[in-house]
Amino acid sequence: MPTNAPSAAHALADVTASDSSLRRFLHGLPGVDAVGLEARAASLGTRSIKTTAKAYAIDLAISMVDLTTLEGADTPGKVRALGAKAVHPDPTDRTTPATAAVCVYPDMVAAAKEAVAGSSVKVASVATSFPAGRAALDVKLSDVRDAVAAGADEIDMVIDRGAFLAGRYAKVYDEIVAVREACGTGARLKVIFETGELSTYDNIRRASWLGMLAGADFIKTSTGKVAVNATPANTLLMLEAVRDFRAQTGVQVGVKPAGGIRTSKDAIKFLVLVNETVGEDWLDNHWFRFGASSLLNDLLMQRQKLATGRYSGPDYVTVD
Amino acid sequence: MSDARLSVFKTYKLYVGGKFPRSESGRVYEVTDAKGKWLANAPLSSRKDARDAVVAARKAFGGWAGATAYNRGQVLYRVAEMLEGRRAQFVHEVADAEGLSKSKAAEQVDATIDRWVWYAGWTDKIAQVIGGGNPVAGPYFNLSSPEPTGVVAVVAPQESSFLGLVSVLAPVIATGNTAVVVTSEKSPLPALSLAEVLATSDVPGGVVNVLSGVTAEIATPLAAHQDVNAIDLAGADEVLAKELEIAAADNLKRVLRPQPVDDWSATPGIDRMTAFLETKTVWHPTGSLGASGSSY
Amino acid sequence: MASVFEYAPAPESRSIVDIAPSYGLFIDGEFVEAADGKVFKTVSPSSEEVLSEIAQAGAEDVDRAVKAARRAFEKWSALPGAERAKYLFRIARIIQERSRELAVLETLDNGKPIKETRDADLPLVAAHFFYYAGWADKLDHAGFGLNPKPLGVAGQVIPWNFPLLMLAWKIAPALATGNTVVLKPAETTPLSALFFADICRQAGLPKGVVNILPGYGDTGAALVAHPDVDKVAFTGSTAVGKEIARTVAGSRKKLTLELGGKGANIVFDDAPIDQAVEGIVNGIFFNQGQVCCAGSRLLVQESIQDELLDSLKRRLSTLRLGDPLDKNTDIGAINSAEQLTRITSLVEQGEAEGAERWSPACELPTAGYWFAPTLFTNVTQAHRIARDEIFGPVLSVLTFRTPDEAVAKANNTPYGLSAGIWTEKGSRILAVANKLRAGVVWSNTFNKFDPTSPFGGYKESGFGREGGRHGLEAYLDV
Repeated sequence: MPTNAPSAAHALADVTASDSSLRRFLHGLPGVDAVGLEARAASLGTRSIKTTAKAYAIDLAISMVDLTTLEGADTPGKVRALGAKAVHPDPTDRTTPATAAVCVYPDMVAAAKEAVAGSSVKVASVATSFPAGRAALDVKLSDVRDAVAAGADEIDMVIDRGAFLAGRYAKVYDEIVAVREACGTGARLKVIFETGELSTYDNIRRASWLGMLAGADFIKTSTGKVAVNATPANTLLMLEAVRDFRAQTGVQVGVKPAGGIRTSKDAIKFLVLVNETVGEDWLDNHWFRFGASSLLNDLLMQRQKLATGRYSGPDYVTVD
Repeated sequence: MSDARLSVFKTYKLYVGGKFPRSESGRVYEVTDAKGKWLANAPLSSRKDARDAVVAARKAFGGWAGATAYNRGQVLYRVAEMLEGRRAQFVHEVADAEGLSKSKAAEQVDATIDRWVWYAGWTDKIAQVIGGGNPVAGPYFNLSSPEPTGVVAVVAPQESSFLGLVSVLAPVIATGNTAVVVTSEKSPLPALSLAEVLATSDVPGGVVNVLSGVTAEIATPLAAHQDVNAIDLAGADEVLAKELEIAAADNLKRVLRPQPVDDWSATPGIDRMTAFLETKTVWHPTGSLGASGSSY
Repeated sequence: MASVFEYAPAPESRSIVDIAPSYGLFIDGEFVEAADGKVFKTVSPSSEEVLSEIAQAGAEDVDRAVKAARRAFEKWSALPGAERAKYLFRIARIIQERSRELAVLETLDNGKPIKETRDADLPLVAAHFFYYAGWADKLDHAGFGLNPKPLGVAGQVIPWNFPLLMLAWKIAPALATGNTVVLKPAETTPLSALFFADICRQAGLPKGVVNILPGYGDTGAALVAHPDVDKVAFTGSTAVGKEIARTVAGSRKKLTLELGGKGANIVFDDAPIDQAVEGIVNGIFFNQGQVCCAGSRLLVQESIQDELLDSLKRRLSTLRLGDPLDKNTDIGAINSAEQLTRITSLVEQGEAEGAERWSPACELPTAGYWFAPTLFTNVTQAHRIARDEIFGPVLSVLTFRTPDEAVAKANNTPYGLSAGIWTEKGSRILAVANKLRAGVVWSNTFNKFDPTSPFGGYKESGFGREGGRHGLEAYLDV
């Protein structure tokens, strides 16, 4: 699969030369009408996904979950439990697909790696002084190197929103490029924009392109730590961005909405967005993820309901 | 030495596109006063004059409709000013035309001047009275505003040759329409003289075009004309009005049917303005200030 | 678009609506047979299944209905406005209660997707009655002077594209202002109007205030020609509108017409492209393009034509055509065989005139009346598909170079109902909106409707406004 980011950057090399050239390019992207964007997202939200399609969507959604714990209180024990759940989400039904990854802080990567060993489940680590990203570049890079050295398959970095909002696009760009380098060849890079802080849809579109130009393998909405995280509208907008980026550069980039997606119904709405915006090329956990924790249990309960015909309850899924 | 000086007669002409042509037909008809005394020969307009007048009115429409309402008000007020200066002339012409005493004719002329003042004041208010924002149930800014319909054919009242004429003409142009006026058939002279006032009152050429002659002969091609947007049938009798309304249906002209008017000097409402206004409604999304304000 | 994520059928249940095998005319509060006993069948355009047999009103029935409306007028118009308001509020509420049933019914009889009847038609119908209910006791404050009087009996003829919504646009303001009505629904979609008669019954509306006369064009012609009708309101084709204007010429009948259109949707190079694509799709494929205010002419700035067309074609490929009762259907059936023939013939002419035709890969059902979403490029103002109202899912794409040219092309039509403008530049929106000769201008959106928002045309798209305070004028003696 094409993940040759440097060539994309090369194609648009002039664009990334300076703050002003980046500004000209990013501000030359088509504007976003907020009402129209939200209306389209809402309209796709009315799709009615039933029976076989629902079963397909639930399994797909489970396989796309980055099962996440990002708390100060995280311990190796908690992370081990999470890893076990990622590998076998439903102990009563071994046909349940594994999740895509577990997502933890860098110091928990080793424990996570151990917990998912031998499975398809990847270990993703937030880094770059997550969630605020307010640290010097070398601190961020050392954070990343730590996580990679501990075996992280994926790095979820945060961009410098302050620099972005101040128009210092080159700084944001350079940082992503540096983190990309620190990831080496082994780890895929997810770039978190914290869309809730970027505040406008125009900014989200610009950040998406900035991230992709800098070599992101994934663009990701949020940290889950602010008031507004993933929404159908901002995810739709980012899907449009990866679609247009591939059309222009040939490079495919993944999308990860994170935070606030708690129910199967919500998850299926996001899959509909993917299906009808970028199509089946992205309907795979290599290209689309859900950053979530409580979502998985709801998906499992819905899966049980479809299998048995009766509604399940929280006692029939694990609390990990 | 004789004290009787031979007066200079006026040659009455049409008013089309800001110019004073004779009728394309080359024909005139005799206009008499109420007692049958010869007053003048008036141009007998043909269907080609009507056609030329429509072309002139269409050409003038963009500029007049696009002028600021304040500017149109200034121009209409200027008409009143100029009429005031020629009051004596119009008292004389109206008295002759309608068989009125000097004092009755003066009342008519005064009311006519005041009518221009009334409409001069309306130009920049009508949009606020009949337009406005609409509170739609959604994240949209929604505004309705009146716009002039376009070229309006005005069949002026037959009896009230001056006050009646201005009462139907002024509301048409106040809002930015342009007009082709068919004068009173038997009393066209005050209307033709009014054209001279309009020509010297900053009213752009073509905004008002004045045609005298046989009402049915001029009004019929106007009612059928595909580039006329509306017609005021004030001066058409019942039979003619129906014929004209049928012809007007060909391009769905807005039709103002004749209504009995007892007293043209009564304060007009806004109906004659709204009859030749379209309502345009413009929608635009508003939405929240930013993505973070959106609900999920 | 074949995808690994194939949506399973999700049909709305038909059992919620109980369609009787036959319906009479609704006159003076009773369902009655036509005087001459004539009936016609109404079919479901998506399957050609006969839904019911409907009494067909003739001249004698028109006379009966007008007499009933005249009798009812005296008391109805004398009711305090607050009381009329309460009847209308009741109707609005009952429509909300029965909205799922009515949505399914409308989808069955009209062929449009349940998504639209459920999310657009029915909410707007209820909202329209709510809106005008509130006016009934506030007419003194509506700007038409104190105590404005109703006209009397309103003869109303409505089309088949939004059967119940057009009924609401006609009946709600008429009743609020104290008129009584005789309404003729379209011959292909009579059912929701007859269900509305039942809603009037449930609301306890006095008999004769609303009369419903299903029938064909001759029924409508008899209604508008009836000498005891004081007001004629028509929504439909421009040709019929002109005929009606001739019919009422010289009479006292107040006339409002809401007719055809050939709306221009103007996309500038600085448009919010993804939303513009949605707006274009919504503009011409909403209700299969059978919308008088459809954005049937796409005027795209030449510099972004290729990019926009690529996006548009990609988007059209995701449209889901099929069973209108399926909640995931975007494109339903064409309303009638006759309409399908008209669309087909105009599209063939477009091809014959050299325009380039494109449709997404799209399988059409074997039964029923269907037409694939269609796009024509290389279209000029001289092509018939750029001038005639097609009233179907057919978009003609033209280009322009400057705002002046866009406006000139947009206005170069005898119609003047709607237009769209897409640009991120605010001053350009206002400047272009100002120059467009159209009654409704949508900027950075399209096909939005609201009971508070006046709707109606310039030029041959008709006259008078429906909706808002403006909509009262058509039913008042002012």
